[in-house]
Amino acid sequence: MRNPLNKTITEIKPSGIRKFFDIVAEMPEAISLGVGEPDFDTPWKVRDEAIYSLERGRTFYTSNSGLKELRIEISEFLKRHYDLDYDPLTEMLMTVGGSEGIDVALRAMLDPGDEVLIPQPSYVSYEPCTILAGGVPVAINLKEENEFRLKPEELEAAITDKTKILIMPFPNNPTGAVMEKADLEPIVELVKKYDLFVLTDEIYGELTYTGSGHVSIASFPGMKERTIYINGFSKSHAMTGWRLGYVCAPQVIIQQMTKIHQFAIMCAPTTSQYAAVTAIRDCDEDVANMREEYNDRRRYLLNRFKKMNVKCFEPYGAFYIFPSIAEFGMSSEEFCTRLLKEKEVAVVPGTAFGDSGEGNVRISYAYSLENLKKAMDRIEEFINELRG
Amino acid sequence: MREKILSYIEHNSRIDLEDLAMMLGTEQAMIVNELEAMENEHIICGYPTLINWDKASVEKVSALIEVRVTPQRGMGFDKVAERIYNYPEVNAVYLISGSYDFMVSIEGHTLREVADFVSAKLSPLDSVLSTQTNFVLKKYKDHGIIMAEKHVDEREKVSL
Repeated sequence: MRNPLNKTITEIKPSGIRKFFDIVAEMPEAISLGVGEPDFDTPWKVRDEAIYSLERGRTFYTSNSGLKELRIEISEFLKRHYDLDYDPLTEMLMTVGGSEGIDVALRAMLDPGDEVLIPQPSYVSYEPCTILAGGVPVAINLKEENEFRLKPEELEAAITDKTKILIMPFPNNPTGAVMEKADLEPIVELVKKYDLFVLTDEIYGELTYTGSGHVSIASFPGMKERTIYINGFSKSHAMTGWRLGYVCAPQVIIQQMTKIHQFAIMCAPTTSQYAAVTAIRDCDEDVANMREEYNDRRRYLLNRFKKMNVKCFEPYGAFYIFPSIAEFGMSSEEFCTRLLKEKEVAVVPGTAFGDSGEGNVRISYAYSLENLKKAMDRIEEFINELRG
Repeated sequence: MREKILSYIEHNSRIDLEDLAMMLGTEQAMIVNELEAMENEHIICGYPTLINWDKASVEKVSALIEVRVTPQRGMGFDKVAERIYNYPEVNAVYLISGSYDFMVSIEGHTLREVADFVSAKLSPLDSVLSTQTNFVLKKYKDHGIIMAEKHVDEREKVSL
């Protein structure tokens, strides 16, 4: 029989987290700090709106671009929160989560051989999506000493004649790193100088713990025309299972993306879109409450590691911290495997998010304090035993 | 800071104070001092426990009683309220707006006990004009906590 499979996809490695969680799955007693999704339920008024939309029989497709009413609300939200100005009718596309947006944007923009710069450690889908779109992923290895922020010299060193897109994964999964205004300024200059496009994945934007809040690279003068802005409801509104995200970009890009989206997906889930109108219009306070609780847990973990004398830079975004385990003289994977087997606590090796994650582990604080405490007590035991 | 401390202990008065200090980025001693001060100021009035008696197989009957009264001259409603809330059977007394004056929550071991309280103690009070007793059939949520089910983490393993 002939090989039924495509060569490109078979050569792509499965996600490193997947492999690790297959082991976790066999240990039902283990405490996990591994999941990258909110532990909060979607605010009730959002769920209630979804139920209402079903009662009303709103079970048809929406337009390919998404519900107009929702896009208008999103455009207001982006103005209100991030000083972004997008036309809801021509510069926006509702997608099945932020992840569809990433995939479709890369497919709409890349020609074979185009290079995509991917700061790492970062979310696991940028590299495979680039390859599937015919592009060439080029990793930029971020450094712990810079708190895993992207530095202009790192960016400039990675740029070639073939570079077309820079992915900006901030606030970052897995490091929790953010890029503040002063960090973005020199990056913006280079993007313009080398005529690049930026695909900015700001899905964690609402979960930023700096005093000044999240700053979008798309808000800098001259950047809107070269930015593809990705956001969604999963992290900010605890709506992961609803599968709803959106892309804002110049009309020429949105037009081509809409073609792919239309042929592959049709439209984002209708019930989710109706519910999201309430989420984006009425839930600022719910989001603020969740952010505050995440922030308390973030401080708790940081202080625990500080007391243990474990090196850990202060992350200001998402719901992850990324402590260093380099002092124990083993790889991240070995550390995580032993922690799991010996203390039944699951955290994710930094290398699941790129080679530069070696020496660190990702700890998610999308868990109750009770869980965090139990897990941290065990991690402390483990570390004390390692240190002898 | 006080508001943060209160919002945590309102939901969990047994929270470990060292943990709370770490979450709020302060010292445990500071939290202890604040708690003591707030106890003294009667901002914190007690640390009761929320119990689902239905599951404890202990018989309990509770009722919400709407009470209409005539306020006493010179003392308003407060004096009447005092006559009512001093009974140990009474859990809570609220002065409310609307078609009656007080909402009184009471608890007893049997229906008889509650009925006796209303007929023998509450109704005969001079200022009480009328009462209407509503027995609680089922308690779904109390103090912001849903009594029916314990929350379980149903998140599945997913690569992200």
